[in-house]
Amino acid sequence: MALIFDGISYGLLLFVMAVGLSVTLGLMNFVNLAHGAFAMLGGYVTVVLVNQQGVPFLLCLPVAFVAAALLGVVLEKTLYVHLYRRSHLDQVLFSIGLVFMAMAAADYFMGSRQQLIQLPDYLRGQFEVLGVQVGRYRLFIIAVCVVLTVLLQWVLARTRIGSQLRAAVDDAMAARGLGIEIGRLFTLTFAVGSGLAGLGGALGIEMMGLTPSFPIELMIYFLIVVVVGGTDNITGPFLAAIVLGIGDVLGKYYVPELGAFMIYLMMITILAVAPQGLFGRRDA
Amino acid sequence: MSTSTKRGALGLAVPFKAGLWPWPELLFWSCAIAAYFLFQERLPLITEIFVLGLFALSLDLILGYAGIVSLGHAAFFGVGAYTAGILAQSGWGEPVSGLLIAAATAMAVGFASSFLVLRGRDLTRLMVTLGVAMLIYEAANQAAWLTGGADGLVGMTVWPVLGVFEFDLYGHTAYWYSFAVLFLLFCLARRLVNSPFGLSLRGIKENRLRMAAIGTPVNRRLVLIYTVAAGYAGAAGALLAQTTQFVSLDVLAFHRSAEALLMLVIGGSGMLYGALVGALSFKVLQDLFSNWTAQYWQFWLGLLLVLLVLFARGGIMGAAQALRRRHARGRRASAPQERRS
Repeated sequence: MALIFDGISYGLLLFVMAVGLSVTLGLMNFVNLAHGAFAMLGGYVTVVLVNQQGVPFLLCLPVAFVAAALLGVVLEKTLYVHLYRRSHLDQVLFSIGLVFMAMAAADYFMGSRQQLIQLPDYLRGQFEVLGVQVGRYRLFIIAVCVVLTVLLQWVLARTRIGSQLRAAVDDAMAARGLGIEIGRLFTLTFAVGSGLAGLGGALGIEMMGLTPSFPIELMIYFLIVVVVGGTDNITGPFLAAIVLGIGDVLGKYYVPELGAFMIYLMMITILAVAPQGLFGRRDA
Repeated sequence: MSTSTKRGALGLAVPFKAGLWPWPELLFWSCAIAAYFLFQERLPLITEIFVLGLFALSLDLILGYAGIVSLGHAAFFGVGAYTAGILAQSGWGEPVSGLLIAAATAMAVGFASSFLVLRGRDLTRLMVTLGVAMLIYEAANQAAWLTGGADGLVGMTVWPVLGVFEFDLYGHTAYWYSFAVLFLLFCLARRLVNSPFGLSLRGIKENRLRMAAIGTPVNRRLVLIYTVAAGYAGAAGALLAQTTQFVSLDVLAFHRSAEALLMLVIGGSGMLYGALVGALSFKVLQDLFSNWTAQYWQFWLGLLLVLLVLFARGGIMGAAQALRRRHARGRRASAPQERRS
């Protein structure tokens, strides 16, 4: 039971990080393998602020969001914008290049060892609910991620920006014809998506461990979430992330000798059976 | 493309007769032979360039000709390397048969996984190829009794090539052995891509639906080329294992797949020679960068990749071709009666 709880918090975290990728992929059909680099930036910003400047952890979270979002805007405006019309291969190569650069840069500035942070006292330890041991920090992650998810869903479903976004994902040409500024919308989405990845990276230091190879390790998880979940709405990735999180935690606990084997096997099986993902559109 | 169309059927009919090869190709291979005499003390490096060239060539077959984007081509490279390594470790050190067995094993794995690659589009393919590679990496990591796990496979003894040429410390035998393998497989690939089969692959890359509509068995063609390419990658892996007498998990790692892509981007894809030129440039750059900043050469690698994608998509061979085309156009302009193609 405690494992399931861990799995859920892990899955929620993955969802918050990957949702930006899902939307950019759906909106501009852009394969951005460098999404994990933004998560890493958020993580390192938090590490530096908490460990070297003594800034309270909670305050670091919005900073991590803003830092990753700013970097997202800058990169989107300067580099990504040239690649929307290029082939998937170009996009993949380009973003792998970014990943290599980010990893070497992180190594250069922060060293290759794993980074740890000192969590504040009120987030440490465990307590018991109905006979189940619950980690406070896990609960905190779940709370933050649930709030974010609800907020995202609300924005997408109820606000003007949200309906523009959904329209653009469904049919970018028609949306542009109706006077929706796709370019600006995409910059905004890219920034928020990167920001969420950064926030997730900051939250995930404790659970996933932060090293310069963070972007590559996360890349495959993100891609699984997005490909299995589909890119039409955020429900698919949400379910995929939760299943993945629980599956990963359970797998690592019960059959540790298989390691990450289970995840890859699961992904290949799913993609072999349903190449468009479990929750994707058939024609997409 | 332009070189092959000019020679037409004649070039295809007798591909092994050197006299029919255009001079730039002959020059290229002469340079590879001359390198042996010019760089006696760097032979291991050049041998590795041959190996990487063969690996990049195998990726070019599926990426450049059939348009299959793969992020996990190292899977076959690694399978070949481990097969050759384990054979040599367990008492069968004959290199040529070891190489063939390794290539066959890689082909078997490639054949099995090709059916997964057929399904879906670019993104799904990316994921499946990446997933298969990761799966094999994890398997090799866990099966330490067979592969030595993270410590690598040690204790290989490779017998002399053809029973005559012993592998020496300075890499003379390794050089000629890998040169011969590369050249033979290159000739085969050259023939393959210029055959009707190769043309149908290009057609599939351009427009899969239309090729299916004119009666090409698209899936069968893709399975075949994917299997062949896997065999090539396996041979490259086996070459690496036999010439260095060591195999580690590194041969299966993600960065190997990414580097093969990078070589194609540097050299230019869909031209065979692009893979070789790309491997050469990549290795030379890597050598320069790692002498300069050993730990952070990945940064410059990444930067190079980004810049190439943004500004020089055709790579070196693409630039060379554009140059020649401009040259040809200039000549054509002076001879107005010639038909424009």
